[in-house]
Amino acid sequence: MKRRNKQRLTKPGKANMEREDVKSILESLLLVADGPQSVQRFSEVLDGTNKDIIENSLRELQSEFETQNRGIRLVEVAGGYQLRTPKANADWVKKFLGGRPARMGKATLETLAIIAYRQPITRAEIEAIRGVDVDGVIATLLERNLIRAVARKDVPGRPFLYGTTAEFLQLFNLQDLSQLPTLKEMEEISLPEISGDTISLDHLEEN
Amino acid sequence: MSTSVQLEIFEGPLDLLLHLIKKNEVSITDIPIATITEQYLATLELMQNFSLDVAGEFLVMAATLIHIKSRMLLPAGDDEGDEDDGIDPHEELVRRLLEYQRYKEAAAELEQRDLLTRDVFVRSPTPTEEVGPRGFREVSVFELLGALKRIIDRLPKETVHEIALDKITMREKMTFLLETLRARGSVLFESLFVEIKSRVEVVVTFLAMLELVKVRAIRIFQEQMTGPIMIEAAAQMDEAAEQAAIDETGESQHGA
Repeated sequence: MKRRNKQRLTKPGKANMEREDVKSILESLLLVADGPQSVQRFSEVLDGTNKDIIENSLRELQSEFETQNRGIRLVEVAGGYQLRTPKANADWVKKFLGGRPARMGKATLETLAIIAYRQPITRAEIEAIRGVDVDGVIATLLERNLIRAVARKDVPGRPFLYGTTAEFLQLFNLQDLSQLPTLKEMEEISLPEISGDTISLDHLEEN
Repeated sequence: MSTSVQLEIFEGPLDLLLHLIKKNEVSITDIPIATITEQYLATLELMQNFSLDVAGEFLVMAATLIHIKSRMLLPAGDDEGDEDDGIDPHEELVRRLLEYQRYKEAAAELEQRDLLTRDVFVRSPTPTEEVGPRGFREVSVFELLGALKRIIDRLPKETVHEIALDKITMREKMTFLLETLRARGSVLFESLFVEIKSRVEVVVTFLAMLELVKVRAIRIFQEQMTGPIMIEAAAQMDEAAEQAAIDETGESQHGA
């Protein structure tokens, strides 16, 4: 039998909850929760149980799912915790659910990446980078709640500025935007002479 | 030089250029302009042969490439004076390609992550009337028409001709629908027609709904093939309606 961790709590929950109870309750809440839930939210529901206790319990749950090779994993995503299936089971889950795999087209993905890294950004600015019209793609992304209009840019025409949503973080399994893969610096893939857009190649040749 | 160009769907001129650069195994910063321009134009021709619509931006890029190529033929220093805006088109192209390449790579990296509903899954939410359209299927025009027919069929069979046709306007119906959605967020398609007794009013209501879909003020979706059809306020309902100048309650009414 697994030895239970009977460590004394320095700050027990107001409702005098045992650590194991907290963990069990959290597991229940995670099961019924719709979308990722924050530690703050759990703390409120558990009568103000100390956030450290909540976090420790969540981490214990997390490692239990992992080490016991369970069919659910506790994932930190979009600023909260959510139960998800492990990738290894993806094919079976897909087979069970049936339906079409939600494929994202290249244009959609590229536009979404530009918005993610450059937000807030206007449609015209995205088009300048991609070199093509992005009207349709923007409409699709708005429709799928992956982006939203966050403000209007203070330039003639007051165009919308777009940014990504929590759904975007959920889709790509990101805790927050800081977790985006680092964008390669222009310098890393460019020749040293093109370090700014005001320096003309002609001038450099003269040096 | 081999011209066996495999036709792909290119997202735009930059995409095509990057493809050619990769195929020729050259670097973005050191493009053999003559070769690339030739291949670029050949691809455009091929696209046209396949009756693909070659969008304007592809042609603009073709012009840019030819411009760069012609400038390179000029003796060095000759073009310093007649520079129109001080931006070297070659350098500008390299900058754009590099920048586009960055985001293409970032997109590819994002795609490698554990994507929700592709690699990882969450418990399906219990469908309720309040549930949003995520995961809901789109409703086809035929399904909408089918639903309309069911509503018309349900109308009392009346032989009396309607004369006061100008009582209902599409604008009124649109305003009504917007107000309902503003208050409730979403409604069942069928519920829009419960109170309605006349065929004309059913049709006008239906057209009003289609108009609002067109301006993206509302969305129509369905949980499953035969399930109830839901109408939901789009994220920017008020803005969309405002832009389309629909929602003006005090507007004078025009007869049908």
